[in-house]
Amino acid sequence: MNITNLFKIALKAIGANKMRSFLTMLGIIIGVSSVIIMLALGTGSKATIMQEIEDVDPGALMIIPGPEYEETGGNWLPEYSQTITQADYHSILDKSKYLKAVCPMVYSSGQFINGKNNHSGSVQGVNNEFLDINGLSISEGDMFTDAEVKGSAKVCIIGKTVVDKLFTNGADPIGTVIRINTMPVRVVGVLKSKGRTAFGQDQDDIVLMPYTTVMKRMTSQNYFDMIYVAATSKEMSQLAKQDVTEILRENHKLKDTDMQDFRVNSLEEATSMVDSVMNILTLLLSCIAGISLLVGGIGIMNIMYVSVTERTREIGLRMSVGARTVDIMSQFLIEAILISVTGGLIGVLIGAGISYLARFVMMHFTDYHILIAVEPWTVLLSFGICTITGVFFGWYPAKKAANLDPIDALRYE
Amino acid sequence: MEPKPVIELDGIRRDFVVGEETVHALRGVSFTIHEGEFVTIMGTSGSGKSTLLNILGCLDTPTSGEYRLDGIPVRTMSKTQRAVLRNRKIGFVFQSYNLLAKTTAVENVELPLMYNSDVSARERRERAVTALQRVGLGDRLNHKSNQMSGGQMQRVAIARALVNDPAVILADEATGNLDTRTSFEILVLFQQLHAEGRTIIFVTHNPEIAQYSTRTITLSDGKLREDRINDNILDAAEKLASLPIEED
Repeated sequence: MNITNLFKIALKAIGANKMRSFLTMLGIIIGVSSVIIMLALGTGSKATIMQEIEDVDPGALMIIPGPEYEETGGNWLPEYSQTITQADYHSILDKSKYLKAVCPMVYSSGQFINGKNNHSGSVQGVNNEFLDINGLSISEGDMFTDAEVKGSAKVCIIGKTVVDKLFTNGADPIGTVIRINTMPVRVVGVLKSKGRTAFGQDQDDIVLMPYTTVMKRMTSQNYFDMIYVAATSKEMSQLAKQDVTEILRENHKLKDTDMQDFRVNSLEEATSMVDSVMNILTLLLSCIAGISLLVGGIGIMNIMYVSVTERTREIGLRMSVGARTVDIMSQFLIEAILISVTGGLIGVLIGAGISYLARFVMMHFTDYHILIAVEPWTVLLSFGICTITGVFFGWYPAKKAANLDPIDALRYE
Repeated sequence: MEPKPVIELDGIRRDFVVGEETVHALRGVSFTIHEGEFVTIMGTSGSGKSTLLNILGCLDTPTSGEYRLDGIPVRTMSKTQRAVLRNRKIGFVFQSYNLLAKTTAVENVELPLMYNSDVSARERRERAVTALQRVGLGDRLNHKSNQMSGGQMQRVAIARALVNDPAVILADEATGNLDTRTSFEILVLFQQLHAEGRTIIFVTHNPEIAQYSTRTITLSDGKLREDRINDNILDAAEKLASLPIEED
């Protein structure tokens, strides 16, 4: 018997029970489309996060106050947050050999007021190297100058969200004096919009001021919340990390046995961490989706068993007119595979459809710009899984059918 | 010239082990059926008639003894070899028709040829149509099995048994589910096929049918009790004409 005839027979059997075949397929359709959607969402989120990180200088290092959490014994003292000082900043500037940019940072927050409009948000105190390290740029106006940083000038750079909130009448923000809490501050520049991060954080809801201004006029602090530095290149970042660590240890007069009261984290470490976290997340989501595929497969097995029992006489007849064991086996296997692969195909279409629809809706109706993408390998994977599901769950019912005795099968009531 | 033997049985025994007991369904049956014979195999239930039918149909193999179908020894054949042999040499007609549900007449008749890869799709269709025309259903090719009467379904089943041009047609109580009139219509068809040279074996418990065949083999307790050539073969068409026409 040739394979074409087997396909014809299997197709006829599926066609004879359309509703049942469709319901059986539904399990596979839901399973496959959820796997596709989860993988698209997972890989899309990862790509989005990676793209955001890639905007930042690949040699970026963050010098953060306080020891590694594990070394504190769970007891975080207030002074741990105050270990990065002006002296450290100057030492780094003077002594480090592998850095191209150094930016001290302090954080504050406040209410921004322009006439009747007001908006609350965070303020980041930085110097003018911040933009380069973070891959940000100014769309209107200029970054504040060195002189403005040295002189604790009351100037600020604002993000697009802040512009939208404070300048509802469409006026030019550049040169306007707004108030941050009670302090009048002149807007000198507007940042180019970056939208939201994959985690939903609005990157345009941002106010940058000279760190000196924030420290002196807002928070009255003499330590930094972080020093953001960039190594001369990605390759140099490990060397730069060692160099900076040595400078700060010396500054802090730490002996070899002393607990280090600051941390230096490289972007590369953060990237690989995000990468592995996202991979685990994607795997987890896919596994959950995979369970529905498994349930769908068991559905096929169940229906195939019912079908074999129901069609016992038909099997007996086929055997009596010359169907060999292998013919009967193939017929039921092909039937199971056809159901699962057809279900898989519909599932892929629905999954991809929903994924791209979600992407479209996100792009046009929200600020979330997740690069949801159905990658070819996920489609191939789903198809592979469907075929395997069909074979695996069709195997036993098919074997049961093929092993029937034609005499008993013909008499089956 | 003597016609060639189609079925040669020599000392056929068939034992079934049921629990700890052995049941001897056939206790040494021997006979030969030649090409062109119309044989009725009779016997009460428990006589071994079904077991014999299964062996003749290559659905079962004897415990001992030799069975040659169209010259081919069957006993030592594998399951697969017997399936192929059934496909090429045997046409079955069952009491309950055994047509595929929701399937057209022509597709039902095509079925045996579906399992024969030597037959192309086109030839398969042509042969199925010819077989259906032969049984008088040329105008009902695309009727589905559930749109037909019992007699029509049995005609489709006979067409299905003819389509592979078998060495022997095995009919198992082929008129058992039909009313008298339809039964005779089917018998007329069998007699016509016989007249065309077909070899037919008709298994039944109804002695009346035996009168329309050329030879009657009677089984009892797993043994051949009587093997009689029928000198006075009745004409089923005549009997059919004499039957009162039922009015609905």
